[in-house]
Amino acid sequence: MNWLETIRTGLAAVRSHRMRSGLTVLGILIGIAAVMLTVGLGLGAQAQISQQINSLGSNLLIITPGSVTSTSGVRGGSGSASTLTETDATALASKVVAPDIAAVAPTVQRSESLTAGTSNWTTTVVGTTPDWSTVRARTVDSGRFLTSQDMTDHAAVAVLAATTAQQLFGARDAVGQTVTVNGVPLTVVGVLSAAGSTSVANEDDQAVVPLSTASERLFGGATRTSVQSIYLQAQSSDTLSAAYQEANSELSALHHVRTPAGADFTITSQQSILNTATSVTQTLTVLLGGIAGISLLVGGVGVMNIMLVSVTERIREIGLRKALGATPRMIRRQFMIEASVLGLAGGVLGVLLGAVAGAGLSKLISQPIVFSATATLGALAVAVAIGLVFGVYPASRAARLAPIEALRSE
Amino acid sequence: MTTDVLPVLEVPLLELCDVGKTYRSGSLEVEALRGASLSIQAGEFVAITGPSGSGKSTLMHVLGCLDSPTSGTYRLAGQDVSAMSEEELADVRNRRIGFVFQQFNLLASLTAGRNVELPLCYAGVGRVERSAQALEALTRVGLDHRVQHRPGELSGGQQQRVAIARALVGDPALILADEPTGNLDSASTSDVLGLLAELHAAGRTIVLITHESDVAAAAQRTVRIFDGAICDDSDRVSGGAHRARVVRG
Repeated sequence: MNWLETIRTGLAAVRSHRMRSGLTVLGILIGIAAVMLTVGLGLGAQAQISQQINSLGSNLLIITPGSVTSTSGVRGGSGSASTLTETDATALASKVVAPDIAAVAPTVQRSESLTAGTSNWTTTVVGTTPDWSTVRARTVDSGRFLTSQDMTDHAAVAVLAATTAQQLFGARDAVGQTVTVNGVPLTVVGVLSAAGSTSVANEDDQAVVPLSTASERLFGGATRTSVQSIYLQAQSSDTLSAAYQEANSELSALHHVRTPAGADFTITSQQSILNTATSVTQTLTVLLGGIAGISLLVGGVGVMNIMLVSVTERIREIGLRKALGATPRMIRRQFMIEASVLGLAGGVLGVLLGAVAGAGLSKLISQPIVFSATATLGALAVAVAIGLVFGVYPASRAARLAPIEALRSE
Repeated sequence: MTTDVLPVLEVPLLELCDVGKTYRSGSLEVEALRGASLSIQAGEFVAITGPSGSGKSTLMHVLGCLDSPTSGTYRLAGQDVSAMSEEELADVRNRRIGFVFQQFNLLASLTAGRNVELPLCYAGVGRVERSAQALEALTRVGLDHRVQHRPGELSGGQQQRVAIARALVGDPALILADEPTGNLDSASTSDVLGLLAELHAAGRTIVLITHESDVAAAAQRTVRIFDGAICDDSDRVSGGAHRARVVRG
């Protein structure tokens, strides 16, 4: 009996036990679809988060006040004031002190209510320097961004993000209009292009004003020269660590920090944020994939049961086939083909179901799903292997029986 | 049929020489056959009878190469079968022997035609040739109008006739029937026995195993087996020319 004939026999056996074959295929199908979906969801979340973090800007370093000590949480400066100042930012912007730092954007921010005519909208007001647009990789859609002239003039101007402009002015052109913050009227000079929201903040809902205007005229208080964070952009990704070193030594000198443990500031690189976020989502992916793997395993146990039952109740058939002249090898081949057909059918249908369900789910929960070829192929291989091992092993045992013993069994 | 099947007329088709078969299950040993010797010539119609437990089924399994003897030698068409490998035995069963079982043993998922084709499948006969031969065999047993029926759609007598067609199909030297009428009513019984007699008349060698004396009467020669050994052998046609030697173990 040649292979073609064996394949035909195997297919006929699969067809003639529709219910059993269907159940076997179902077990594998669900397992594979589950693995594809969960791993896809995890990878999708990972891709989304890295995309969000990358959208913050490129070659970015973020300096924040305070530092995390190994023993007792967060170390702050004396008092409640932020220890970072505009002076720090100015020092870091010097090409002599820090040649590898391309741009510096100190920021202060506060939630404020913006009024325009009868419209009223509460959003984040960010006070910063013109470099902010470079560092944060933002462009203006209409009008212009802040200039250094605005800084020196303490100019009463604001650049609105897309959502903010839309909320306050609707479809009208926001440029040239006036918004009032804390009683100070500001002229809108530009509107930012949309950037999309991140998990941290809605980048499309904010108002950007000159740092000097913010600290002197809008926010006031005792914190006039302090800033909440300083964004730095390195010249290139190659000079990122050099920029980090320069910022660290310059700030340490300015703040009289003698030991690294005594630092009252923290420099975070975009890469380290990315790494943290990625490791979190990776853990999540592994966890979800593990759960899906268990469902695949349970499916596999189901397949194993069905194959064992199938072979056991067909021992008579095996005996008869042997009596009619089948060699043990032909019997093994027949069951191997049956098992592979079931495994592959389940696998292919599972991949299809996973792809369709993934597309649907991704629309439904508006989360991207990234399918992993490794996970899919791995799940397929596992499914086929399960079918083969648990189908072929009992069949080859039965094939070794003397035909009469197999024929006699009930 | 190849020439080695019937090299000389004097060489018997089947020759059992002092065959013993012992089954072991745990510490228990059962001697199902002890020193059975028997020879059957091509073209004979032999009934093997005996009470249940006498070893006739074991004898049939040894004759059909479904089980190998523990001691002694068995020659089928001059070839020593006891020394053969599994593959060779499968080939012998496939080409030389046609089986008819009490339980019919048809595959429920296949049509009558496909069931009859099975031995040809394993012999490597092509599809077209196979279905032609299967149809011929089914015609021979009068079931050519049932080719597309599955066993479940056929009566017991019809199923057994399909099984006989399957035993015929590769043109084997020997047809072994193990209680072929055990599950049949009297009408189907005489039907099946008539068919076997016809096949014998056409020159087939048939060995029929039964415990019913009226079924055994259909055969030309009756071999009685008792307690694992052959105790009586009547040859009604040639009066002892093919008489088996009786050796008690």
